[in-house]
Amino acid sequence: MTLYRNLTIKQKQIVWAWSFLALPVLFYGVIRFYPTGTAFVISFQEWNLLGSRTWTGFDNYVTLWNDPVFWKVFKNTFAYLLIGTPVSLVLSFVIAYHLDKLRFMHNFLRMLYFLPFMTSAVAMAWVWRWFYQGVPIGLFNNILAGFGIPQIEFLNSTTNALPAVLAPAIWAGLGFQVIIFMAGLRAIPVSFYEAAKIDGVGWWTVLTQITLPLLKPTMVFIVVFSSIGFLRIFDHVFNMTTNNPGGPLNSTKPLVLMIYDTAFNGFNMGYAAAQTVVLFTILLIVSLVQLRLLRSE
Amino acid sequence: MTATEIRPTTAAALETKAPPKPRNMGQIIRWLLLFLGGIAMVMPIAYMISTSLKWPHEVYNVNLIPDEPTLENYLYVLEDGRFYKWFINSIIIATLTTISNLLFDSLVGYTLCKFKFPGRQIVFIAILSTLMIPTEMLVIPWYLMSQSFGWLDSYWGIMFPGLMTAFGTFLMKQFFESVPDDFIEAARIDGLNELQIWWTVAMPLVKPALAALAIFVFLGNWTAFLWPLIVTNSVEMYTIPVGLSGFGDEADVAWELIMTGAAISTIPTLVVFLIFQRFIIRGVVMAGLKG
Repeated sequence: MTLYRNLTIKQKQIVWAWSFLALPVLFYGVIRFYPTGTAFVISFQEWNLLGSRTWTGFDNYVTLWNDPVFWKVFKNTFAYLLIGTPVSLVLSFVIAYHLDKLRFMHNFLRMLYFLPFMTSAVAMAWVWRWFYQGVPIGLFNNILAGFGIPQIEFLNSTTNALPAVLAPAIWAGLGFQVIIFMAGLRAIPVSFYEAAKIDGVGWWTVLTQITLPLLKPTMVFIVVFSSIGFLRIFDHVFNMTTNNPGGPLNSTKPLVLMIYDTAFNGFNMGYAAAQTVVLFTILLIVSLVQLRLLRSE
Repeated sequence: MTATEIRPTTAAALETKAPPKPRNMGQIIRWLLLFLGGIAMVMPIAYMISTSLKWPHEVYNVNLIPDEPTLENYLYVLEDGRFYKWFINSIIIATLTTISNLLFDSLVGYTLCKFKFPGRQIVFIAILSTLMIPTEMLVIPWYLMSQSFGWLDSYWGIMFPGLMTAFGTFLMKQFFESVPDDFIEAARIDGLNELQIWWTVAMPLVKPALAALAIFVFLGNWTAFLWPLIVTNSVEMYTIPVGLSGFGDEADVAWELIMTGAAISTIPTLVVFLIFQRFIIRGVVMAGLKG
């Protein structure tokens, strides 16, 4: 204690700061950085969890490159991204743009759109799965049948299953994006619109010349945020296809599901770790490219 | 990121600037379309709850209001005991994780914001950089770690990866920027030690941020699926999402029971949202734009 008393104020600050940080620094080291290193290391090994680990160099990556399932999965993962991100961006902007102009029951409408964000992906995956069943079980096909429209195969079709699985993921995230867009819209100074009004500019010009350019930071945020979400899609796919995860015929399988399968059903840890490194690289590249593209221009 | 440019105005503007009243045909049509869209948005939730209140023979009818509503499904599902256990597990895990994040994320955020010390920049960048590491990359090492330390199939095993988050730390750091240094200096002169200053002076000033963080962490852990699925083996240790996933498979075509399970896992967060709606939306905006 005397030792502490003899310290200068500045030195005391250092002691306090590091005693506050000691446990968290240990946490980030042991629970974040060390495992990241481990993942890279295991990706160069062959290991079935029981036997010994053997170094295999780039074998896992070569196997991955030659694995037709991986390329299917790669395509699916980007399909989730390339459909999911623009669709949810446009929908949430249109909703936010119009909702922003309404006052009557504004909070009630906003609540309706936001509510799905508060649900659990697993629960809602099962709800949507039920909707997609054939007649006489599924809601969608029952409604179609009511209008005399032929049934649609949703989850059993190799072409329809991916969009069908994606729909609840878009649905659940929409409310969040609407809220963020509305905050962005409200942040645009009213004087800009007043100036446009005085100049007698049409609404389309206002939208494209004022609103959209000023919303760019908001859009960058939403695009990056939702892209990362779609690239990591798992809960919805897993729960809507539990009888054959990622099926039919791997047509809905995203990278995270492949990782889960390889590691915890196949116990091929090295191969799974290599897949996680690929996921990491994809996420890194996609976020950096988007930040660059949307920021400059 | 660039989102910070719009920071100062948003939270306040959300409350104050009111959009115009509907006065013409265009506004009415706009309102109607948005209303219909909103109704469509909540339909899955409405059908989930409605079906959970139906008798099996009525499940395949598309009517939203059950002819003879019943709580039979809830009694059946809860009598089984597992959902009750999973519910408790999820509550405990989400609550403890939230408390841990509130304490540690704010302590770290505060330290990085208000202290001058060697290594500050390195610690900050190191923590921030963990945002780029996806959880999916860490689950395999975490699993191996849990296996060697005997953490598999335990509360601790489910919780440990989420006890602190870079997102929360960054969010709290941003908010502590708005706490004037003078307040802290004054407290120091009054003879409070640094721990007391953090707890009694700084923390009360960032309550809205703490609430926003609590909402995000709780919701995130309540709905977390991948890691709890990996780390738990025994049915008693499942969280609600993991339990529900297995239950759905087991119940097969008994959709009214699956919908009941789904409703049990969803209703708590919906109720919390309906009570604190305004507050939660503001929190989401704050967390989204500052985090």
